[in-house]
Formats: sequence, C-alpha cells, structure tokens
Amino acid sequence: MNLQLDSNGRLRHFLTIEGLPRELLTQILDTAESFSSVIGKPVKKVPLLRGRTVVNLFFEASTRTRTTFELAAKRLSADVLNLDIGTSSTVKGETLLDTLANLEAMQCDMFVVRHRDSGAAHFIARHVGPGVSVINAGDGRHAHPTQAMLDMFTIRQKKGDFAPLTVAIVGDIMHSRVARSEIHALNTLGAGEVRVIAPRTLLPPDIEDLGVRVFYKMEQGLKDVDVICMLRLQRERMEGAALPSEAEFYRQYGLNQQRLALAKPNAIVMHPGPINRGVEIESSVADGPRSVILPQVTNGIAVRMAVMAMAMGAVGEPA
Amino acid sequence: MTELANVDTLIERLAQQLPPLIRQRRMERPVMIGIHTGGAWIAERLHEMLQIEEPLGTLDISFYRDDFSRIGMNPQVRPSRLPFDVEDRHVILIDDVIYTGRTVRAALNEIFDWGRPASVLLAVLVDRGGRELPIAPDAVGQKLELPPDQHVKLQGPNSLSIAIQQTLV
Repeated sequence: MNLQLDSNGRLRHFLTIEGLPRELLTQILDTAESFSSVIGKPVKKVPLLRGRTVVNLFFEASTRTRTTFELAAKRLSADVLNLDIGTSSTVKGETLLDTLANLEAMQCDMFVVRHRDSGAAHFIARHVGPGVSVINAGDGRHAHPTQAMLDMFTIRQKKGDFAPLTVAIVGDIMHSRVARSEIHALNTLGAGEVRVIAPRTLLPPDIEDLGVRVFYKMEQGLKDVDVICMLRLQRERMEGAALPSEAEFYRQYGLNQQRLALAKPNAIVMHPGPINRGVEIESSVADGPRSVILPQVTNGIAVRMAVMAMAMGAVGEPA
Repeated sequence: MTELANVDTLIERLAQQLPPLIRQRRMERPVMIGIHTGGAWIAERLHEMLQIEEPLGTLDISFYRDDFSRIGMNPQVRPSRLPFDVEDRHVILIDDVIYTGRTVRAALNEIFDWGRPASVLLAVLVDRGGRELPIAPDAVGQKLELPPDQHVKLQGPNSLSIAIQQTLV
C-alpha cells in the first residue's frame, strides 16, 4: 500500500516521485497546464480550496519554494500559514509531533514540509489525521518532488514528448534531492536517455541502479543532449573534502558557452536555483536565450497548484 | 416517453430564437462563450450561424464547481479560453443541457473573474427541469421534465447526436 495514494489510487500525499505511476505524473502535468490559464486572468484565483488552511512548515531556509507554494495556495483561495520553525516552539523544546498535533487542533488541512533530514515528510504523513495531506517541499538528500514536476512541466512545454529526449543532469548529484526526483520522474515519463555528469566524489555509489548513464567529463556527457539540468553546488551539505575548490569545480564542470555548444542547437538549460554564478554556470548562459530558469519559477506555481488541488480533492469522499 | 428532437433541429431553433433576443436587449457586438464540452460544441455551430465577429470563448468550470470536495477533481480539465476582454461586453452563454443550474452558477462566477460583462444571455439546447437554483435560460431548444434517474447525453464532436439515457447508479 503506497502511503501517497488513497484506496482509489488518487493522490493523498505527495512525498516522492518514486513508485508513482506514469498516469498520475501525466495527470499532474495536465492539471498544471489548466492552472496556467488561471494566471492569465485579471483575477488570478480560483475558488477550489476556499475555506481550507495550508501550513508551510519550513525547518530549512527557502525563498523560491516557500513563496511559490504560498502563491499557489493563495491562487486556489486557501488560507496560508507560514511557520518559521527556527523562531517557534521547537526551540522551546516542543517535539515535532506535539507541534503537528497543535496545528491539527487548529483545523489545518495540509502541511507543506521542508526539512534537512531525509524522510521527514514521510514521518509527518504517517502521523497526521485522516483528513490532512502532506506535501514534501524537500527533505535532506532524499526528494524534492514538486521541483522535479515543474522541471518535467518545463521540458514538456518546450520539447513536447519525452521519448526522443536525452537529458543530462550535471553537478553535485550526491547531495541533491532535486537530482534524485528528476531521475525518477524522467524514467517514469519515459525519457529516451538520462545522463548524470559529475566528479566521482559527488556521485552516490549505486547511481546506475536508478537508470542513468554516468559521465565524468562534460565534453562527453553533453554531446547531443536536448536538455541540460544544472544543479546547485550544495556547499552547506558538503562534509569533508569532496572538492578541491570551487574554482576547480567550475573549470571542470561549469556550464559555459563552449560546453553548451556541444549540446543540440536547440537544447534548453535548466537550474532549480538559487544559481551560483561562476561556480556551476556562466552568467552569459544563465541569462542567455537557451536558459529556461525563470520560466521554471513561473511554472512552479501552476505545478504546485495542481499537486495541492489533487491531494486535497482526494481527501474528500470517494467518487 | 418523451421524444427528443434531433440535434440539428434543436440548434436551428436556437439560431432562430437568438437574433430577436439580441436585438430586443440591444446587445451590440455580442461575444459567445460555450461551456466545456457539450456547450462548446453547440456554441461552435451557433457562432458560425450567427456570424459572431469575435472568436469563440470556451469555459471549463471544473475549478468553480461547488461539489469539488465531494467528487474530487475531474482529471481532464481544459484551460478556459476567452480570446476577448469580457469587461462591458454582452455575452451569449451556451450549454448543451440545463439541469440543477449549478454549472451555470459556476460559469457566471468564472466569467466575473475575467471581467464585468454588460449582460449575459443563457441559451441551452435542452432544459430537462430539476432546477436547484434560481437560474433560467433565455433561449431553449426543447423543454422536458425528466425524472432524476434519466439524463440527456450529447455525443460529438464530429457528428453531434443527442439521446435520453438511463443514469447508472
């Protein structure tokens, strides 16, 4: 029994891409497409989640993810509570479960959770009441499913079908929950070939098991790709000396114009942000015509609306 | 058993009723909006017959339904497309069948999120009775009183046909 689905196979929690069927991922993309028309209306709101309360539970700093979740919830007419855990009860010694129980007692309907520990969102989903949904907004190195889905949405928007595509994910794979979720999403949606390009020290040991081709050199890995997904160098997650220096990393794995030229002429460049200019990516590439980094942010709102609406809908009575 | 006229006859009746109504209400340069999916198919035909100058608008009212929390989300929601500014325009709203009136309520709510229309006129192919809200169509192809266990089904979009069916419970 998948914790993420209800007895009718509909989305109840959104914790990880792993184990979800292709039809459900496609449904998220289709629903997000419908929501993108909402953003074009003079009143950028639909009344779907009127009277529901969404709590943004962020145990780790985030700007883009938290604000786009907040915007998404507001465009669905939900009430939004932003909880900055650093300044609340957990510092006073209250346990996570006590905090949750209190929030549930205030009749909240959804928790959007970001946490530095892998598995935090699953843990919370296992302990919430039957009418409450949990969305994972990033847990440790494990998963960031809404980021992966907004990346898939952006790829589909620019490229159409996934089947003929070669996609390269570049950089700090080891510490990246985005990379893991992207790999699962691309393979579930049937992308032609998924590549990872990284130094050995930033690759997890059994990465091939996830269904990727591994490259250690940009010059080989970027050849003829359709999509390049850059990752942020997770300096705050780096333990020990995985890298000689940032300058050395940039020299070998930074995306510059010369390396971009190895990809297909119409290849797109993505990045989940925040970008480290001159560490993973050259400014002229990040701001260039092939970059879809800002459309990714816009698409994040529609995709998060879709996931929230679907999870909240599934909580209601079965059809 | 009530006989239902064929689709072409019903559409023809609406095409006859609408021009006098439009004149009477002084609806200058009206725009037309069809409710997805059946209403949009009917609207496509009427749009051409009445020679409406602005392109046809379509609404998918799934996001505005009042039974969302009970039935969950329709998996195939199409984006609503209103290729004109609704503000101060006269709107002809088209649906295939009117029953409880809840779809029209939802459609009106959505239209008002796009702007404030000067007026809205409602035309439906079939009024099957059973209203639950104070909403009435201005033009009707055919009026019926159907029991709750029957419904009117429009099939399309290539060749339209309409029939009364038993509702599966």
